[in-house]
Amino acid sequence: MKQMAVVSGKGGTGKTSIVASLAALTSGRAVYADCDVDAPDLHLILLPQIRERRQFFGIKRAFIDSSKCTRCDSCQDACRFAAIVDFQVNPALCEGCGVCKLVCPAEAVEMRECLAGYAYLSDTRFGPLAHAELFPGEEASGKLVAMVREMARDLAAMHKLDLILIDGSPGIGCPVIASLTGVDLALVVTEPTITGEHDLERILDVAAHFGINTAVCINKYDLNPEAALHIEALCLERSVRVAGRLPFHSSVVEAMVLGRAVVENGGPVADAISEMWGVLEKEI
Amino acid sequence: MKISIASGKGGTGKTLVATGMAVSLASPGERRITLADCDVEEPNAYLFFPERTLLERKECLVPVPVIDEARCTYCGKCSDVCAYHAMAVLSETVLLFPELCHGCGACTIICPEKAVSETSRSVGEIFRAQSGDVEIIWGELALGEARTTPLIKAVKDGAEGETVIVDCPPGTSCSLVESVRGTDFCLLVTESTPFGLYDLNIALRVLEKMNIPRAVLVNKSGMGDRKVYEYLKKRNIPLLMEIPLDRKIAQFYSRGEIFAEKMPEWKAKFAGMVREIEEMIS
Repeated sequence: MKQMAVVSGKGGTGKTSIVASLAALTSGRAVYADCDVDAPDLHLILLPQIRERRQFFGIKRAFIDSSKCTRCDSCQDACRFAAIVDFQVNPALCEGCGVCKLVCPAEAVEMRECLAGYAYLSDTRFGPLAHAELFPGEEASGKLVAMVREMARDLAAMHKLDLILIDGSPGIGCPVIASLTGVDLALVVTEPTITGEHDLERILDVAAHFGINTAVCINKYDLNPEAALHIEALCLERSVRVAGRLPFHSSVVEAMVLGRAVVENGGPVADAISEMWGVLEKEI
Repeated sequence: MKISIASGKGGTGKTLVATGMAVSLASPGERRITLADCDVEEPNAYLFFPERTLLERKECLVPVPVIDEARCTYCGKCSDVCAYHAMAVLSETVLLFPELCHGCGACTIICPEKAVSETSRSVGEIFRAQSGDVEIIWGELALGEARTTPLIKAVKDGAEGETVIVDCPPGTSCSLVESVRGTDFCLLVTESTPFGLYDLNIALRVLEKMNIPRAVLVNKSGMGDRKVYEYLKKRNIPLLMEIPLDRKIAQFYSRGEIFAEKMPEWKAKFAGMVREIEEMIS
């Protein structure tokens, strides 16, 4: 089974629009996974029929039983996250370490599992989709990404499909690392801006750190051709293949508004994505 | 006064707005303006200030355990108590995975042999620079690190200006929560597209839960559909500004130039918006 993740250092470079189009191009041959669990948008194009919903438990959180609490201060002193004030736990600050339970002489602290989101197994017009929603402001997005990826692997085995396409999140932290672990190829989407280039270098460094094979897509390359050439040179220097160059065109947003993939609607960007997929398919 | 600039979706224009606001408020002899970039995974607000002078650069240190193997009996209690699976005890060795450690201290407390003590390790760096009348502070997460919150907290603690503009990371999870916590007002930057609206709604729910006063700025207006506007009207959420989809603005941005410096009418608009925010929170 082969897995490809679409990621970006900088946000808003076009990951989800590209994944939706790749889903249309691989229709019936792949499983899709939306691993941008705290801003999941792939479902807005893939329009899934949800088949199964699973609960996601993130970190445990401490609860203090006020009837047992002797107000001795031990937990407040020991908590490194300043999550306990007036013998009450602030759930937004609690990281679930359990130190308060450990130091409480009155056994007044209980660590409880907390529902932090849902993961879904769905059908779409292109094939099976694993996706999720993390409740607003929750932690442990990396753990939910791992859960979605495991569900995608199960779907692939069940449907005898040997390709998984992953829509990742921006950045280089916890959910990104969880999206990249063990993939055969990471497609890094960037744009020809000074911030796009800076963020591209950081994510390429992270991918190299974990030994992951990468390719780059320059989206909106004609917005600043000079900056695009700069990115091409940077990729050449790092021996990273530029697999696609997509023009800046209104057809991307027009397709999004209609709930369609760019390649379903056609246009110059659709053609460029199809061409890019030809390159990526060989790479995987 | 601390104003955070956030968005659920990435690439909606947080940094464009945060840098524009910072230069529009800054003037000699006036209150000190600090731009605090809390997107520690991909910090890039400082790129818009090429003439900055670096004032300070320091490591962000977090606690991490060290095992005294001479005392350790490999009983496994530290590994059992660790909520983050940052330790594994094999028959004759203790494995530590520092990037998973939250530095809570549970292993030190539970060890019956007093074999666990603490040292510190760096999870990234904090930078402070001055450019004209704007002070910029940002954090840079070390490669391979998963946890952003200690570094975000350090950036915010270091932002000392009388007016602080906090540029937040994208998303709606713990990094956003840590970045907006303690700010007096949050301006959410969105675009009027289905993706923009979906993620805006999640981000607004985070701010409602945290009880932070909030309003919205629509960037790249003129593209997409009208649904964000309908949503704001229905939910009675103030729309403070619209920045049009304009190739000229996008090109200034792509070159690392602050568009409000190049199109000075925007400086007055940003300053006016901040006055409006001040009225809303007073």
